[in-house]
Amino acid sequence: MSISLLLLVVAVIGVAGYMVGSWRANALAGGRLSNLHSRPGYYGSFVAIWAMLPAIVVLLVWIVASPIYISSTVRAGFPEEVKATSQAEQNLGYNMIGAIARGMAMLSAEEREALFKDGTTARSLLATKGVPLAADPAPYMLKSADDLSRMSRASSTFLSILVVLAAAVGAFFSYRAIAPRFRARNRVEGVMLVGLIAASSIAILTTVGIVASMATEAIHFFNRVPAWEFFFGTVWDPRFAAAGSTDSSGQFGLIPLLAGTLYIGLVAMLVAVPVGLFAAIYMSEYASRHVRSVAKPLLEVLAGIPTIVYGFFALVTVGPFLRDLSEQLNGLVTGDYSNFIQAQSVLTAGFVMGIMLIPYVSSLSDDIITAVPRAMRDGSLGLGATRSETIKRVILPAALPGIVGALLMTASRAVGETMIVVLAAGVAARIQLNPFEPMTTVTVKIVSQLTGDLEFTSPQTLVAFALGITLFFITLCLNIYALYIVRKYREQYE
Amino acid sequence: MSQVSTSPTTAALGAASKPERRDIGLRGRYAAERRFRLYGMAAIAFGLIFLFLLLFSVVSKGYTAFQQSMITIPVEFSEQIIDKDNERATNPQKLVSANYPVVARNALAKVLGVGEDDRAGLRAVNGMISDSVRTQLRDLVTANPSIIGTTQTVTFLAHGDLDSAFKGQIDLAVPENNRKISDKQIGWMNQLAESGALSKHFNTGIFLNGASSRPEAAGVAVAAVGSLYMMLIVLVLALPIGVAASIYLEEFAPKNRFTDLIEVNINNLAAVPSIVYGLLGLAVFVNFAGFPRSASLVGGLVLTLMTLPTIIIATRSALKAVPPSIRSAALGLGASKMQTVFHHVLPLAMPGILTGTIIGLAHALGETAPLLLIGMVAFVADIPSTPLEPATALPVQIYMWANEAERAFVERTSGAIILLLVFLILMNVGAILLRRRFERRW
Repeated sequence: MSISLLLLVVAVIGVAGYMVGSWRANALAGGRLSNLHSRPGYYGSFVAIWAMLPAIVVLLVWIVASPIYISSTVRAGFPEEVKATSQAEQNLGYNMIGAIARGMAMLSAEEREALFKDGTTARSLLATKGVPLAADPAPYMLKSADDLSRMSRASSTFLSILVVLAAAVGAFFSYRAIAPRFRARNRVEGVMLVGLIAASSIAILTTVGIVASMATEAIHFFNRVPAWEFFFGTVWDPRFAAAGSTDSSGQFGLIPLLAGTLYIGLVAMLVAVPVGLFAAIYMSEYASRHVRSVAKPLLEVLAGIPTIVYGFFALVTVGPFLRDLSEQLNGLVTGDYSNFIQAQSVLTAGFVMGIMLIPYVSSLSDDIITAVPRAMRDGSLGLGATRSETIKRVILPAALPGIVGALLMTASRAVGETMIVVLAAGVAARIQLNPFEPMTTVTVKIVSQLTGDLEFTSPQTLVAFALGITLFFITLCLNIYALYIVRKYREQYE
Repeated sequence: MSQVSTSPTTAALGAASKPERRDIGLRGRYAAERRFRLYGMAAIAFGLIFLFLLLFSVVSKGYTAFQQSMITIPVEFSEQIIDKDNERATNPQKLVSANYPVVARNALAKVLGVGEDDRAGLRAVNGMISDSVRTQLRDLVTANPSIIGTTQTVTFLAHGDLDSAFKGQIDLAVPENNRKISDKQIGWMNQLAESGALSKHFNTGIFLNGASSRPEAAGVAVAAVGSLYMMLIVLVLALPIGVAASIYLEEFAPKNRFTDLIEVNINNLAAVPSIVYGLLGLAVFVNFAGFPRSASLVGGLVLTLMTLPTIIIATRSALKAVPPSIRSAALGLGASKMQTVFHHVLPLAMPGILTGTIIGLAHALGETAPLLLIGMVAFVADIPSTPLEPATALPVQIYMWANEAERAFVERTSGAIILLLVFLILMNVGAILLRRRFERRW
């Protein structure tokens, strides 16, 4: 039975259990529901849960465990000379055996017999069934493949029996437990609570998954490239070096990427912070309700536009515009019409990213400015200060910790932003100070290292995980610090 | 401050004896106030101007993508070219591999009056026809072999460069050698347009076709289906898990180390760069669990993890907004805690939860970076029938087209962006309507 069919059977048993359970409870109540501890539906749910839960657990365990068991048994049956070869070679052989076994399942009985008599026909025979083999199989493979397909079939049959049995036994015993004073609701709610806790643990599992997966891959990377060369290297050149040179794996210096990330982030913040802050101040202190109700949602539209759209905007509109502008400016001043701003540059990427970040700054600081108590404003205005003086001398200092927190959160977005820089910042990893030249960032390199055709064990690919974990920790620190500041600040006024 | 404050007696004494006002820099302070206010307005204007610039830039470049130049001419399905030796009865492969572009080229050459031995002319004529004519005519002929030898009126796609020129997107002031389309072809284009053979049609191809290296035949269908699968997966997984997690945290969780940890975690996950989720998906789902690369299933799982914090945060605030009196009333009537939450609190919080979910989905729909890492950036021409097959996503398709050099792809990219933005606007408007319609203020 296929897994989906099996799940369907389990579901049917569950629904039947629900109906039988409710019916049984109703019968026990004898027309007066108050004879029961819980409403009949809970008895039904109790039976359904005990029918489905154990069966699904059995199913999951089996799906994970049986391939491991089968694989180890088949490998144990390999001839000695094959066992002596390297692990990678054995894996290759095992994959081929898997393909042969898949093909065998589609053969008729006669064809199978013919196959075992003459192993050399295997490749052409299986190709007709749509299973291409890379090479002619070695003789031992046919026997192993036969073992494999027999074991998988047995495993599948056994699984079907076991799951249906688990469902039936669960349903039977839970049905037997039904009695008027049986606390079905409490049992059902207990299971629900466990489900709720499990759901909220997924957040922790995700974090653990992020850290663990990236750390393991990054450790693989650091086994080949020393950590200090990565963290303090100033050259990013991940190609294989020419034959005969001592280091065979290129250079993986983080510094140029980090410099580009921070530089572009700085340009973005230089655009976003003043604009966003002034927009927030105007919106919370000056604007009439009418203006506010129009301008605020419109600005927030900027936050809803996907970053790939900003990237495209930078690539086809802002970049060429800045390049042509610099051409004209240069021509006017020196008479030499050559552009000094590249189409892909720190400025282009930073500027467009800054526009993207405006709504983050403005809505976060808007909340914080509005949270400053009314009394402080009134006090300052009552002493004769103008509004702008009130804002500059009273409100902003009071709101400063919160605003700093908001800016840190915005900065962490700037550091982690990917699509704009992929399209608009360029790929040249270098350290320089001219904002009109292209630079590259950590995120750009993660994308470019992982979208190529490199194998998964080379340092060229693994370095992406080292970059990723660096990025993760930078943004984590920024966010934790920001949250800490914001929380501390909130306590002051509440 | 002004004349109004002066008393009648001083006014009677005359203006000359008005007491000198101490200079407290009022003029400067008011000027500063006006300046400050102006900065605020300028900041908002700056943001809005760029919002409109961005939208204008996309729309003005992209609206033409929904039109496509087509050539409608009589085509002679010459037996000479398609099946010279008349072997189609014995060898059906013959009809599949016949040289159909020549059929279309000759038809167009005939209309334009280009001689059969004018090689350069024929090559120029060929440059006006999309390569997709090969499959189009092949499908016509294999479906109905009896049209061989007859002349049929066929409508086929113009070449991408001709399409751009016909839409006026190619600068004709550029020297002929530096542009993709020659003066001769422009002349023919005008000739065809005058006779009505060349005209613009509504571009259904952009909705129905998969990836193609020819801009005139490229469409977003694969990407849209991939995005749809992913959105469904996100909805099916993230909504129940997110709601369950928020219910636990908001209604049941005791205040202890564990729940505090979960809380800090969720806030952090909401701020983790999306590309990190891509790395997680690559390492865990593709490498460790062995799910197929490029499949929308993996993309959906990654986006689910990414959207969960958003949904949890929105759901928690929706649950918080339900007044405690509802809970007290239910508990007072003898409902259990679980019944209180599921029968009373949750239904009241549902509009807020759904609004948050839609906004989370909209974010997931526009997300590109994590999908690049799990290999969804692939050339997929066939529409995937299950989430396990390779697919792309709308924003990834935009990314791939943005990297293409041809002018016609800029138009396609903008067109795809317009489609994406329309979807996002629909979702957000839906969220707003939902909130307006069902949200209760207590």
